Amino acid sequence: MLIKCPWCGERDAGEFSYGGDASRPRPAEDAAEADWLAYVYDRDNPRGPHQEFWQHSHGCRQWLRLRRDTLSHEVLASGPAGEPLGDGE
Amino acid sequence: MRYSLASLLRRGLARNVGWTPAWRDAAPRAAYDVIVVGGGGHGLATAYYLARNHDVGKVAVLERGWIGSGNTGRNTTIVRSNYLLDANARFYEHGMKLWEGLSRELNFNVMFSQRGVINLAHSKPQMDGFARRGNAMRLNGIDAELLDREAVREKVPELDFSEAARFPIHGGLLQPRGGTARHDAVVWGYARAADRLGVDIIQDCEVTGFQMQGERVVGVHTSRGDIAAGRVGLAVAGHTGQVAALAGLRLPIESHLLQACVSEPLKPLVDTVVTFGAGHFYLSQSDRGGLVFGGDLDGYNSYAQRGNLGMIEHVVAAGVSMMPCLSRTRLLRHWAGVMDMSMDGSPIIGASPLDGLYLNCGWCYGGFKATPASGWVFAHTLAEGAPHALNQAFTLDRFAEGRCLDEKGAGPVPGAH
Repeated sequence: MLIKCPWCGERDAGEFSYGGDASRPRPAEDAAEADWLAYVYDRDNPRGPHQEFWQHSHGCRQWLRLRRDTLSHEVLASGPAGEPLGDGE
Repeated sequence: MRYSLASLLRRGLARNVGWTPAWRDAAPRAAYDVIVVGGGGHGLATAYYLARNHDVGKVAVLERGWIGSGNTGRNTTIVRSNYLLDANARFYEHGMKLWEGLSRELNFNVMFSQRGVINLAHSKPQMDGFARRGNAMRLNGIDAELLDREAVREKVPELDFSEAARFPIHGGLLQPRGGTARHDAVVWGYARAADRLGVDIIQDCEVTGFQMQGERVVGVHTSRGDIAAGRVGLAVAGHTGQVAALAGLRLPIESHLLQACVSEPLKPLVDTVVTFGAGHFYLSQSDRGGLVFGGDLDGYNSYAQRGNLGMIEHVVAAGVSMMPCLSRTRLLRHWAGVMDMSMDGSPIIGASPLDGLYLNCGWCYGGFKATPASGWVFAHTLAEGAPHALNQAFTLDRFAEGRCLDEKGAGPVPGAH
């Protein structure tokens, strides 16, 4: 699996560590208990495109946001973790 | 046909002509009292115990592909019940007792081999931790023996006992009744036994949706037509999220890859199951001679049923560190299964938020050993509409009620056990 780092270009997946599902908006501090429960535990767990955090831990050490297909492992889009993803390349 | 030494001799001497199929390839009826979705070990065991232990009427198992085509044929076949927490210990120990009588019960040889499971300890604190776990197991009536370094050396002399060992072996925790079983035989045995009790096993039948009546599930849409059902149970492992989403449910589960490997066949080398305590690695030797081993998750969400080479290198490095003689062994095959990783590392067995729909999922690393116990309690849950005493702690509402079964003590991460 090759992952495109916005700063370093395409690198082997072994250089990166996984940061999990990036599609879950964090609830407000005073949000209802059910919202926090869903945020902490529940997942969409899609079979197909999935938005996720990765860290280029053996490279530039930046956090990034990917859209990756969980069936084909193809990386569809990537960008800095703090910004919303574009549609693709 | 009942299998016995006499039937084997009779058919064998008659050139093996006249064996009949072990189960019927049934066509779906319009309605069943209970439908179990998923024809792996758990689904078939559930159907078998529904027919054996409960009076629920007509039961069907729906399988998208062919029975046993998923994780049942992809695991490392280890059976154990060496758990710390009471709820897990009792559940898996019930399973262990069922394993001990399973071949006789099913009239099918599942090749259950109680060769023992040894967890290696590589430090004094780890020995203390194992002493604690062993004591907890014994309090729950499970066999556990704490081994010192010399006792481990006697059982598995090929491990790295050298002075230069990066991870010196201090000892280990042995569960003598643990071992391995033939995974495919478990599927075939349960399928045959369930079929003999009247269960319909329907293959090539993918569930594509649920028939709803208000908030109640009253049947399923499938690739072979609509089927009505009194109750529906899901036993679809890594694809639980996908099937539950058809009913609008979102669950505390992520699907991840777990790889396993087998080496070329070797002469007898190790006659027990050994797990490495300084990394994630476990090893046993199959009856054919292949070393069967596995390690950690690939580490990211996936449904691909194939893993990356990086994890294989990591697993093999751990194996060579534990048992240096493995370095000259050639790898024959490696593969991956899609695991339903729950957020506390323990399974979810019980009612879903929808009436008539029940869940059996979240098996993480350990679904195979649980097969008989899972079937036993899920059958009870489906028949009674309420959990068995052994799966009361495993219901979905435990996450909302703050009673997670977090054996690892790691918090809400989908990567434990």
